[in-house]
Amino acid sequence: MLDVPHTTTIEVNEVPTAFDLRKEAEAAGITETLHQLEQELIGLKPVKQRVRQIASLLLIERIRQRAGLVSSAPTLHMSFTGNPGTGKTTVALRMAKILHGLGFVRRGQVISVTRDDLVGQYIGHTAPKTKEILKKAMGGVLFIDEAYYLHRPDNERDYGQEAIEILLQVMENQREDLVVILAGYGERMTSFFASNPGFRSRIAHHIEFPDYSEAELLYIAELMLRERGYRFSAAARESFERYIVLRRTQPFFSNARSVRNAVDRIRLRQADRLVSDLDRMLEIADLETIDPSDVLASRVFSGGAGSEQATGSKCP
Amino acid sequence: MKLTQGCFSFLPDLSDEQITKQVQYCLSKGWAVNIEFTDDPHPRNTYWEMWGLPMFDLADAAGVMMELAECRRVYGDRYIRVSGFDSSHGWESVRISFLVNRPAKEAEFELVRQEMAVRSVRYTTVHRQPQPASS
Repeated sequence: MLDVPHTTTIEVNEVPTAFDLRKEAEAAGITETLHQLEQELIGLKPVKQRVRQIASLLLIERIRQRAGLVSSAPTLHMSFTGNPGTGKTTVALRMAKILHGLGFVRRGQVISVTRDDLVGQYIGHTAPKTKEILKKAMGGVLFIDEAYYLHRPDNERDYGQEAIEILLQVMENQREDLVVILAGYGERMTSFFASNPGFRSRIAHHIEFPDYSEAELLYIAELMLRERGYRFSAAARESFERYIVLRRTQPFFSNARSVRNAVDRIRLRQADRLVSDLDRMLEIADLETIDPSDVLASRVFSGGAGSEQATGSKCP
Repeated sequence: MKLTQGCFSFLPDLSDEQITKQVQYCLSKGWAVNIEFTDDPHPRNTYWEMWGLPMFDLADAAGVMMELAECRRVYGDRYIRVSGFDSSHGWESVRISFLVNRPAKEAEFELVRQEMAVRSVRYTTVHRQPQPASS
């Protein structure tokens, strides 16, 4: 070490040899962001776990950079797959905020697009359209909902393939400028990736959204009601638990979305019940409380919404 | 002859990083950024051709740089400039404009001075054919 030139010695001295991880995490706002994610989203364990991993990677990358070790920008393109109503869109929109907060993307805007925004109707329309969207999304997150519609294998004169090619090119070459999030239903996304092999390998994070458990669905319903200034009475809560169990077995069940629709209908029935007796003095508690009758009036308890179609399709 | 036109023209040519920062400044002000090119950089030629459409709702300069790279690929042998148009009320005009690309062999101009009546002077800019590099 004696023959090391003087200037180099000074540089070596400037690099810290130890890092306070807690302080670093708080400085980057990671602890707060993760806490918020935990609070605001119910269930979705694998999703939260992956976000935590990504955040940790960023933190370590930052420290490595300061320590003068080799570091490279991580690939952040993501694909969210899962059944209807499992919160793919919600998480994607929130992900932009998280990535921006953690310094992964420079601006943090989300451009949410579907096939119509990317693919043109005539020859030569697609490339300018796709590029226009990409330009807007630069420095932020490009969220492509129902990405499998981009590719129509049955129509060979479809221009979706052109959009996919441009997208792939930008995803590969401008990784620091843009994060692409694809979202869609599990099975269709699988076949989409099967027909576009380049896409699968360019996406670093394939996140599977699990269905919600019954307890989680109940919690979501209560959260939604609380946000709207309502609450279940004890008996109503019990009947809603039964409602969830029944609804899950019925066709067209779409997780949180079904719960949201149910909550909306319950509010309708409650309002109807209140208005039916005009001579009555209303109290605050009346306005807030959902009674079991509001829940039990649902069609779900008497055969159910959409159950006819289901039996029809099952018995030819 | 190094053409001096628009902002920063007496500085050395801007690097891509510097251009990015200028563009980001324009975007942060809400100006529409345009890319224009021409093979006739005469000072009185205000009709430069536009590359694509004005880019008015971008958030990040990377989008503009992407277009600029494409424009350079196609018209790398011409002058290319970036301008920022402020559409806010009372301005409605170009607020910044600077060259981002010049051809390998630049245009040559000559200033011809003419003595007119009553001691007035008339100047004419004459386009000269580019000289061989040896001069």
